Amino acid sequence: MSEDFTVPEKSGAEILIDTLIEQGVDTVFGYPGGAVLPIYDALFQHKKIRHVLVRHEAGAAHAAEGYARSTGKPGVVLVTSGPGATNAVTGIADAFMDSIPLVVLTGQVATNLIGTDAFQEADTVGITRHCSKHNYLVKDPADLASTVREAFAIATKGRPGPVVIDIPKNVQVATAATDVKRPTSSRFSPAGEADYAEINRAVELLANAKAPILYTGGGIINSGPDASAALRELAELSGAPVTSTLMGLGAYPASGDAWLGMLGMHGTYEANMAMNQCDVMLCLGARFDDRVTGRRDAFSPDSIKIHIDIDRSSINKTIRVDLPIVADVGAAIRQMIEVWKGRKYKAAALDDWWARIKGWRAVDCLSYPGSTQEIMPQYAIERLFAATKDKSPIITTEVGQHQMWAAQHFHFDAPNKWLTSGGLGTMGYGLPAAIGAQMGNPDALVIDIAGEASIQMNIQEMATATQYRLPVKVFILNNEWMGMVRQWQELTYESRFSESYSDSLPDFVALAEAYGWKGIRCSDPAKLDEAIAEMLAYDGPVMFDCRVHKTSNCFPMIPSGAAHTDMILHSDEVSGTMDDEAKALV
Amino acid sequence: MHIKQELTERHVLTLTVDNEAGTLARIAGMFTSRGYNIDSLTVADISEDHAISRITIVTRGPPPVIDQIIAQCERLIPVHKVTDLTEAGPHVERELALVKVRGTGDQRVEAMRLADIYRARVIDATVNSFIFEITGGPDKIDTFVALMREVGLVEVGRTGIVGLMRGAEGS
Repeated sequence: MSEDFTVPEKSGAEILIDTLIEQGVDTVFGYPGGAVLPIYDALFQHKKIRHVLVRHEAGAAHAAEGYARSTGKPGVVLVTSGPGATNAVTGIADAFMDSIPLVVLTGQVATNLIGTDAFQEADTVGITRHCSKHNYLVKDPADLASTVREAFAIATKGRPGPVVIDIPKNVQVATAATDVKRPTSSRFSPAGEADYAEINRAVELLANAKAPILYTGGGIINSGPDASAALRELAELSGAPVTSTLMGLGAYPASGDAWLGMLGMHGTYEANMAMNQCDVMLCLGARFDDRVTGRRDAFSPDSIKIHIDIDRSSINKTIRVDLPIVADVGAAIRQMIEVWKGRKYKAAALDDWWARIKGWRAVDCLSYPGSTQEIMPQYAIERLFAATKDKSPIITTEVGQHQMWAAQHFHFDAPNKWLTSGGLGTMGYGLPAAIGAQMGNPDALVIDIAGEASIQMNIQEMATATQYRLPVKVFILNNEWMGMVRQWQELTYESRFSESYSDSLPDFVALAEAYGWKGIRCSDPAKLDEAIAEMLAYDGPVMFDCRVHKTSNCFPMIPSGAAHTDMILHSDEVSGTMDDEAKALV
Repeated sequence: MHIKQELTERHVLTLTVDNEAGTLARIAGMFTSRGYNIDSLTVADISEDHAISRITIVTRGPPPVIDQIIAQCERLIPVHKVTDLTEAGPHVERELALVKVRGTGDQRVEAMRLADIYRARVIDATVNSFIFEITGGPDKIDTFVALMREVGLVEVGRTGIVGLMRGAEGS
């Protein structure tokens, strides 16, 4: 065997670290183990990358998601083989559903042991194949650099998503020449600008609409801050009202005149009615999710639908549209603005449309019964918003009623400030996501709005916040129930509350103190503002146990299998049961 | 409540893909995980450097689902191109089958006679058996196999179909 000694060789682990640095990675969320020891040794010797030691691999993946969503940069995860990888799967699946760019590095047993049921072996590539945008098993250290480069390109370009790189232990140890130049891959070329013929048609439809609506989604946030700025301009030019999915909150400012609030199952009455009654719907980077459409055959029956999305497979998936445009949504909006101005369109007279919207707004769908005895959960969110809105906070959530109340009553004026698990609906997302967001935004105020059930799903991450002195705030709406489950049981199963009571709760204040956090408890609405101020004044992590009214339900609500026009606005409209067709829908 | 069934169409899709580990699993698994049907699937590398494979998939679904299947295939990183031969126009489909029959006397003569009519070739023979090789469209092979059942069918192996557009242009 001839060897060229002039070419410097490095181990796979060193090549990996070099390539991560080359890709601009400064933070990695991970947990060591047998199959990644060589990588951890290489990390030890490179101080350019900060490693955040989580307490469970699910926490690593969600923290990387929080980092990615709040900074716009890809999140990087490093976990070991077998249980390390399988624990990270929920976070990978979550990132896949919500289009969050992640590069997940998993250790694997040595190539000669693959397939032998070796210690801590799992078929990571097989397990993650359908919950990642792409994945790799690297069998030769010479392929590592090019694989990592392609992985970052795939994770971040087009519709973002998680990419998994499974690296056997012997590939981390074996050496390869460092000057291997592989041709850069050309097999991945996402859509960019839209076709002008389509853009012209879209502008024409929008300009001539009598009742237009902009239905925006997480794609605008993924497209970057420029896309949000462009959206604001398009809304201004067209005079059209704007609504958004859960994932798109913040792309258009909640304080803007055209804002209708969130749409969908727990969206506002005005947003859902406007969606139902519009004549031209411009869908920008959203995907007609079942939580948005309600009953499909009754979804916005009389509108012309334009759908701009970078992912061709999102178009016509659930709702047939009239004008599909496959393009980067930010680029497409800018093209629309250019055409609009170029052709000197004027915003149509939409007075009638806005008058109808005003009527729907007058329903005041987010109103809720007040109380001087107990803290209403909606009130808690309102007060938290009032106390923090000038600090431009980053809000994460877990999943359930508190998440929907946060979406309804906390208002966002900028993108990348709202981090929530929308598609997969992962309880336990919020705390690690807050940790990731705080790592990426050291000076920001980061608050996890949580429920007492969800927070327990990744509560071990409190130690991570303590270790890295991250001043995250966890604001728990504690109603002693898995509230959304309880709500559905009340609405659908005649109040048979099967296993939805949060029994044997920990003392959250004592728990906070056990982890070196500050703990605050409040159950008196009169003292809430003061307690929130105390939380915000504390320079360090705080767990706030906000004892709220126990059986409040989240309204408005489009029940399963119902149309937008059949919203339940208040609890007195609840029948308590549903037919099987409705029960079968999620 | 009962589960509703939808009317489906048969479509032949061809995919040009990177010939790398996991590509077939990625495509076949995507069909399973999204609830799409596969009637048959064939794959072989087709380029001089063995870097590219061509996969032919016969699937079934309502038209919007077929459209979605194509979009979901295109979304996979190793997939370069997807062509719906059924939509694209005139095309040929061929499948190869090996059919083993056992019998003596009149049965054996009848098997031979039918094979001749269907232009099947004998590729193995013993005093009481034949293996026939037959190519053709799926219907022809279905019919031939059904006939062989009457004269002593032992087993059958089928490749699944491959297809190409008619005319001078590639797909």
